[in-house]
Amino acid sequence: MSPLSPAPANATRVASPLEAARRYPPKPADVYLFGTCVIDVFFPGAGMDAIRLLEREGIRVHFPQAQSCCGQPAYTSGYTDEAREVARAQLALFAGDWPVVIPSGSCAGMFRHHYFELFKDETQTLKQVESLSARTFELAEFLLEVCKVRFEHTGAPVKLALHTSCSARREMNTHVHGRALLAQLAGVERVDHDHESECCGFGGSFSVRMPDISGAMVQDKTAALKGSGAAEVVSADCGCLLNINGCFEKQGDALRGEHLASFLLRRTASASTGGAR
Amino acid sequence: MSTLADTPAQPIAFTRNAREALADAQLRRNFRGAMDSLMDKRRNQFPDGDELERLRAFGNRVRARALSKLPDLLERLEANLARNGVQVHWAETVEEANAIVHGIAERHAAKKVIKGKSMVSEEMEMNHYLGARGVDCLESDMGEFIVQLREEKPSHIIMPAIHLNAGQVARLFHDKLDVEYTEDVDRLIQVGRETLRRNFFEADIGVSGVNFAIAETGTLLLVENEGNGRMSTTVPPVHIAVTGIEKVVEHLRDVIPLLSLLTRSATGQPITTYVNMISGPRKADELDGPQEVHLVLLDNGRSQAFADGELRQTLNCIRCGACMNHCPVYTRIGGHAYGTVYPGPIGKIVTPHMLGLETTRDLPTASSMCGACGEVCPVKIPIPSLLRRLREEAVRAPAAEPQHMRGQGAKHSKKEALVWKAWRTLNTSPGLYRVAMYAGTRLRRLMPADIGPWTRYRSAPKPAARSLHELAREHLGAQ
Repeated sequence: MSPLSPAPANATRVASPLEAARRYPPKPADVYLFGTCVIDVFFPGAGMDAIRLLEREGIRVHFPQAQSCCGQPAYTSGYTDEAREVARAQLALFAGDWPVVIPSGSCAGMFRHHYFELFKDETQTLKQVESLSARTFELAEFLLEVCKVRFEHTGAPVKLALHTSCSARREMNTHVHGRALLAQLAGVERVDHDHESECCGFGGSFSVRMPDISGAMVQDKTAALKGSGAAEVVSADCGCLLNINGCFEKQGDALRGEHLASFLLRRTASASTGGAR
Repeated sequence: MSTLADTPAQPIAFTRNAREALADAQLRRNFRGAMDSLMDKRRNQFPDGDELERLRAFGNRVRARALSKLPDLLERLEANLARNGVQVHWAETVEEANAIVHGIAERHAAKKVIKGKSMVSEEMEMNHYLGARGVDCLESDMGEFIVQLREEKPSHIIMPAIHLNAGQVARLFHDKLDVEYTEDVDRLIQVGRETLRRNFFEADIGVSGVNFAIAETGTLLLVENEGNGRMSTTVPPVHIAVTGIEKVVEHLRDVIPLLSLLTRSATGQPITTYVNMISGPRKADELDGPQEVHLVLLDNGRSQAFADGELRQTLNCIRCGACMNHCPVYTRIGGHAYGTVYPGPIGKIVTPHMLGLETTRDLPTASSMCGACGEVCPVKIPIPSLLRRLREEAVRAPAAEPQHMRGQGAKHSKKEALVWKAWRTLNTSPGLYRVAMYAGTRLRRLMPADIGPWTRYRSAPKPAARSLHELAREHLGAQ
């Protein structure tokens, strides 16, 4: 079963919304990085910044070149068989003992929680799924809870807003970890924005299948981010950033969100390893 | 708006309805304001997150246990209600349910029915059915009364007229009830009550819904805030309660957590103003109450959900509406756009069982899967998982053998299925993936500026010059 919560008595499939209290391993010497397909094509810089942040903590990063997508697009669209085969390919690539760090909460949630559903009828595969799930960490969570980083802000004081993707929030608690990392930085004032926990309207294929509803949602989200008075916007999910930045650009606004990893690499030094990058 | 009595084979025009709703600034302001207020009220009722989680788990267990022995509980409910003098009727379809109610009305030569709030009666389109047969139905819940005057459907399962503001109600009452125009809400309620008051005494039959049907005691429990539920169930000589078969719980004590979850989640109230527990008609030594009490138990597709271990969780629902109040889609388009009796997240997972996936095939898709609904559901229905399952059923290749879900495969498209097969091949063939990424990044300038629905509200996404695979290989070496 998924580590989220025990299944209700009448359920055969489960994906409950809240991450239960998680136990964390000691900081490892090696990790896998799963880069995600959206980062691969649209935000490779964020992926590289995640790699460099991990290296800054003295960790060796392994990036299996055969990796592709976690399977989520097909899974949420109802194409379960297709999602399963893509998931199976990833399972085989991350079969070692190293933790798998993912700079995206929704893809991390897919590895950690939804592969159980995909492979529920395959007893042998479920063992691999259990191992992968236990070793999967969202980047901010990994830095905070496993590496126990202490970051120092090196730039000018800044007001910023943090947007957390819905699955990152509800499946991985990423908003908690992201806020905690930013709270370490003396020069960073994180400001709340209106309806902060509300979806930005991305939702993968939702943004294309229901364009008008999705459009109304992202317009509200960009207005809320602007209204917060933040000079910068960060998020740990590039799907949302694709959506939010695209809307800012369409509106002729200069504001762009960047990945939390990029912000952290650019604007902090690591006190946990005793040196800047 | 489509009617359920003559269900159209065409899919509900959800996207068109949604577009119209989004363009209605007044509607959007009304919903955003109302939903924000309801979310605040609920939040204030659950200051302790741990207590909330324990209570939700408790509520979930109570509902799951009741459903695990549903057939047995329904039989016990029937036996104990019969012992209390309540006549129990079973209806597989809304047509059967309406015929039962009409039969009772005919037997009493009833001309007038007063109704407390009941979503199952909306499911049945009872007002329409009885009205066409010379029996007038009048809604006595203030919100229902308002939507009935406007000849509309409820836009929310708890607050039927939540799409309207005071000014709109003021104009309605002025036009339809011939009263002086006033936006004073207290005065408006007074006007409504005066109109309704005499109807309670003139009605031949009172109709109500049921919140919980308690098997061990044969009791029908009904919560409300206006007193109209108590009036409808006690003043007319005949009371007919209508409810879905899933509303049964085993013990009276089971109601305690569910009631607490229901009122706090729905309206942010620790308890409703009225909690009615109906255990039979007027007894010989009693001075008031109806002479006859009937219960109509309606299936209407619930058995289909019940038959599947996962989909059965749909029936946990206690109809609080919290999923609607927290839904970013519902908040923006309101209830009418769904074109169904039950709107919002719960509507998207329950209606396909009632109407089939042919007409409702777009509803499971109308979600960004943000999970807000599942997070607030007081009985822990995994709504996003069930939406995903229904998407799977809708796009499944149509099968030759009898199907478990009505309308399974209704959204199947050979073209889309092929696209996903190609997607699978691309993402399971590293060589092919590498070529595609190389092409996608090198040809990025060919990305058109207009890519249909996406670019209506956003600029087109721009592939990077080089993929992460390439950059990582350069930085880390081939792995």
